[in-house]
Amino acid sequence: MPRSRSFYVLAAFFGAFVLFLYGPVITIGILSFQGPRGGLTFPMNGVSLHWFFDLFEEQAVGDFWAAFRRSLTLGAMVMVTTVVVSVMGGLAFRQRFAGSAALFYLVIASLVIPSILVSLGVGLVFNVLDWEVHWATSGFGSQLTWTLPFGLLIMFAVFNRFDGAYEEAARDCGASWWQTLRFVVLPLIAPSLIGVALFGFTLSYDEFARTLLTSGSYNTLPLEIFGMTTNVTTPVLYALGTVTTLFSLLVIAVFLVAARLQRRRLLAQASSGSAQS
Amino acid sequence: MAAPHLELVNVSKQYADTPAVRGVNLGVNEGAYVCILGPSGCGKSTLLRMVAGHETVSDGDIVLAGQNITTLNPAQRGTAMMFQSYALFPHLSVRDNVAFPLRMRGVDQADRLTQADDMLERVQLGSLSNRFPAQLSGGQQQRVALARAMITTPRVLLLDEPLSALDPFLRVQIRSELRQLQRDLGITFVHVTHSQDEALALADQVVVMNDGEIQQSSTAFDVFNKPRSEFVAKFIGGHNVLSLGDRRVSIRSDRMSISRQARDGLFATVVDIEFQGASVLVKSQLDDDVDAVVVQLSDERFFDQPLVVGESVCLMWREEDAHTLAA
Repeated sequence: MPRSRSFYVLAAFFGAFVLFLYGPVITIGILSFQGPRGGLTFPMNGVSLHWFFDLFEEQAVGDFWAAFRRSLTLGAMVMVTTVVVSVMGGLAFRQRFAGSAALFYLVIASLVIPSILVSLGVGLVFNVLDWEVHWATSGFGSQLTWTLPFGLLIMFAVFNRFDGAYEEAARDCGASWWQTLRFVVLPLIAPSLIGVALFGFTLSYDEFARTLLTSGSYNTLPLEIFGMTTNVTTPVLYALGTVTTLFSLLVIAVFLVAARLQRRRLLAQASSGSAQS
Repeated sequence: MAAPHLELVNVSKQYADTPAVRGVNLGVNEGAYVCILGPSGCGKSTLLRMVAGHETVSDGDIVLAGQNITTLNPAQRGTAMMFQSYALFPHLSVRDNVAFPLRMRGVDQADRLTQADDMLERVQLGSLSNRFPAQLSGGQQQRVALARAMITTPRVLLLDEPLSALDPFLRVQIRSELRQLQRDLGITFVHVTHSQDEALALADQVVVMNDGEIQQSSTAFDVFNKPRSEFVAKFIGGHNVLSLGDRRVSIRSDRMSISRQARDGLFATVVDIEFQGASVLVKSQLDDDVDAVVVQLSDERFFDQPLVVGESVCLMWREEDAHTLAA
């Protein structure tokens, strides 16, 4: 059957969308291989790995390795906190309790409030209380206003689909509340937790607005890159962009592999017949 | 007479302002196979879940083997429940599923796995103990659920619609396996179902429920032959309920006969004829009644003198087959 005309129109539209989505990343990727004498724009002046090597040299402006380490640490902190608090929150919201609706809206409101206002507010509060603004305290807190509601919403979806009969069966088998959580609920929602963790990490890793006024004297990586765009005039910036993009993809790959290994471990256990203790 | 093994005393369940179970009194003997039968929403599952401890009791007491278990938690009661969906833990192997209750009780690994393997042998699943639930058929999953429920040797096994997830062919087969296993183990079974066939085929004691109350509790034979109320007669099926003078009676469809020559009986018009294989159902309409009367004739009798739709007939029965219902 010949394809209808709408197919071609929609396919062209979709193609344009994909190009819009990935074009900039691909452009930066290409330009990061600029020759040693090349500039920030096309045409390419030769092809080299010069700017990647330059990344490891000391820069006149900015220190992105230190910024990268900070972002990595902060991402890990946000990730762990998001997973733990979202699971606990998700469990709490399975029952209606006094004020549960109000609390829910309060949590979600922080997604609606413009990020830069959250940043400003947190910075102000620290100022008023005469606390030092630092990425690991105020920055950490304001990033959580972003990741926790997302994590909680994911857990809502997870627990909505969760069959309560598993828990009743566990209780019937003599499991305590804690044993039910440890041996039944958590293993069953583990794949979703990997998703929440990945989400928490990546939201933190490229967070900009909320961190802008709360990171203090030391920049996270996105802030550092932004600072450099106004000062650095060489393609080293593009090389950095390419490397951080690859790093993000690597993180995702690690999580996917972890999820796959987890499943394979289960199956291997099944075939070898070794019992899990 | 000895006190019943399991006794419900005036047990009620109230949800907000709607009662789900109203003052149920029931005694179950040790080793009996009991079916609680009723339409959906009649409170039968709620009743079972109260016995299991998964639902709080609003009022009344539940006594098992002389101990009041009304407020105990599920594991302390000496009951075990088999869930409608089986609720097998998908991340654990069959063996680990069956060993799970022992693991929760702190039985060491070697011991609990030996016991789990023994139990799996009993339900003929020894060869599948390393599989995961998703790799089993419905019938196999059901037996794993049974094994998991039985491993702690409960005083009473509670089964919530255990056969409803199976296809009709398998249902009949598993049904007889269930009865066989119950006989072998000698454990009291309380089985909730909405299927009349299932209840009649399995139960020593059939408890018919409607609207949160017990309508009748007796042997399967008595429920079928001496239904106490109009509801029971209609729900159990195979009965016609008729008004004779000032009394309501139920008559089994297969105990009625049809004659063309008008004599002593009820006059009716044939409205539908349904071939069932070994028998034929003839539906006819009385002049003064809304419900159609169904007569079940053996195929021989029907095809000896076949009836056609629209024919005027006379319905007859023997007086001893007309069972008077409670008002």
